Amino acid sequence: MNIPLSWFLILSAALFCIGLFGVLTRKNAIAILLGVELMLNAVNINLVAFWRYLDPSKMAGQAFAVIVFAVAAAEVAVGLALIISVYRKRSTIVADEIDLMKW
Amino acid sequence: MPAEQIVFLLCAALILVSAVMVVTVRNLVHAALWLVAALFGVAVLYAVLSANFLAVVQIVVYIGAIAILFLFAVMLTRRDLVVRTPGMRGSWWIAAVLALLVLGGLVFLIVNQPGVNRTALAIPAGVDTLHALGNALVSSGQYLLPFEVSSILLLAALVGAVYLAVSRKS
Amino acid sequence: MTFWNDPINFLSGWLSGILTAWGLPATLAMVLTIFIGIVLLVMFAMTLDIFLVWVERKVVARFQDRIGPNRIGPFGLVQPFADIIKLVIKEDITPDGADKVVFNLAPVMAAMAVILLWAILPISSKIYGVDLNVALLYLVAAGALGTMAIIMAGWASNNKYALLGMYRMVANVIAYEIPMVVILLIPTILADSMSVKSITEAQASTWYVFLSPLGLLIFMISAIAELGRSPFDLNEAESEIVAGFHIEYSGMKFGWFYASELLHAFTFGGFASVLFFGGWQVPFLLADGFHFGSLVVTLPGIVVVLVQALAFLLKALFGYWVIMWVKYSMPRIRIDQMLAFNWKFLTPLSLVLLSVTALLGQLQTVLLPWAFTLVMFVSNLLIIWITIEILRAYARRQRKQEERITAAAAQGAHQ
Repeated sequence: MNIPLSWFLILSAALFCIGLFGVLTRKNAIAILLGVELMLNAVNINLVAFWRYLDPSKMAGQAFAVIVFAVAAAEVAVGLALIISVYRKRSTIVADEIDLMKW
Repeated sequence: MPAEQIVFLLCAALILVSAVMVVTVRNLVHAALWLVAALFGVAVLYAVLSANFLAVVQIVVYIGAIAILFLFAVMLTRRDLVVRTPGMRGSWWIAAVLALLVLGGLVFLIVNQPGVNRTALAIPAGVDTLHALGNALVSSGQYLLPFEVSSILLLAALVGAVYLAVSRKS
Repeated sequence: MTFWNDPINFLSGWLSGILTAWGLPATLAMVLTIFIGIVLLVMFAMTLDIFLVWVERKVVARFQDRIGPNRIGPFGLVQPFADIIKLVIKEDITPDGADKVVFNLAPVMAAMAVILLWAILPISSKIYGVDLNVALLYLVAAGALGTMAIIMAGWASNNKYALLGMYRMVANVIAYEIPMVVILLIPTILADSMSVKSITEAQASTWYVFLSPLGLLIFMISAIAELGRSPFDLNEAESEIVAGFHIEYSGMKFGWFYASELLHAFTFGGFASVLFFGGWQVPFLLADGFHFGSLVVTLPGIVVVLVQALAFLLKALFGYWVIMWVKYSMPRIRIDQMLAFNWKFLTPLSLVLLSVTALLGQLQTVLLPWAFTLVMFVSNLLIIWITIEILRAYARRQRKQEERITAAAAQGAHQ
């Protein structure tokens, strides 16, 4: 395979920065979680690229990526359940409007 | 240009364009569908990297579960029928500058690392990565403990999500 | 490797050779050859789909004690073409508030999710798309893409009933993926590989239906639920929800949903035959001819390949016929009964079956093949018997409880 490793690393850096932009910019709580998903995928691309380019017989990169899959799924499930719960109480999920501790 | 480089460039274009659309479109259902496109591009990239298992699991877990969760959450939390609020804050350009600075810093670090332009060697002939991954995840000398702990994490997330999302009106 | 031994590889090598001789770079020639192969495979799948429309209508007619289409063409064989022409000339309506891009993309994704499965289906020992070493997970992944198509169709239609039908269908599909994935692990354990080619080759001595009949049963139930066919078709039942997520689709877009559902059913019949009935394996047929003990009938390679392909198609059609048989014989199940059946019965049962198979699978290297088959078969029967006993005890308890309630009510009415 003759793709230089730097291409994968730059792609994953770009994807991470786009996710970062999404988290910082968006108002809707679900849209913020979408940005977090992009960042997790960028990390995964990095891990798998290093696994393939440095030593494909050692499974550290792939095992780490599998655990990141599981953690991302768990985080999205709990995060979205929280958002739905907040929506039921406050009828809004715009992050700026959920700014009181008591109502 | 070799075929793999063309495939990589097409995939990278798909991923980056879809990611930009995810963070900019106003309609959240469209944003979730653009996320599906980006995740599909990442799965193709895993296949290019000879990580078949991860490519297929990416589609099953991310597109088949996480993207569906996102779509359902968007559908269950719509306040208006028409999307009237702007999708991004007024100060989005600060975040853009910050993201570009981070990108610049990372790219600078990457290209100045010695040996970063290496190309991958072929996978040694006797190594079956699927068997090796399976063994690694259940061998006590390797990654058994993170595997078991992540299964407990998933159980906790399952119980937590069901408890949080069930409305207690009854 | 000549044409008579290995037709597909020979033809692809010959085509690449011609293209490189014309001056194309080697990788481009390979890409073009593979592309032509993909187009031929997809054409075969879609032609089969047209034939399946006829099969469906004839079989449903026979189950309902009538004849079915018999006017157009001999035995009504030209009927599917009439159906296609009708669908093509119908008006193509996009509803008023619908999301145009997503609305039009949904039938394409539904068809894509099914055609993707044909890449791994082994039609014969030498005719298959690709030998993927994670083929069974690829099957689940294609199901996930089908779920996305359903969500897109239901949401973009801007219609309450489409949305309700979509919610029910997605709940159904996601729920029944669990027992299906667990059962897909059983041929993996028995054949020590996730590749369908290796699983088919490992069934040369015994078909897995004899090693795991309960696995086949649970796989068929999950497959029928995944397809959204009766008795799990509350999502698109005309008397309940007026066609569910594809209410607003008319003309050829609906034609794509319909055709992809039929092809999906046939593909699942194909997978049931590959995983449990030996796929293209024919008893006594090896790579160079029939071997009846010491009598060897040698056949040219291409005849063996064609006989194996015919065997696969017949077994897949049998699986498809069983799916249709269930569809036209059983009443519809309600959505809460569907989901309760999955989470409270099928998932624990399939997990128990997987554990027992994994434990007993260790004996595969220790016992003789016939002893291993007997052990696995008896263990499956034991699990079925224990499950039935548990269900009977549960039903007996429920009946006693109801008798007590009615007796108390009758006494209360007397006083």
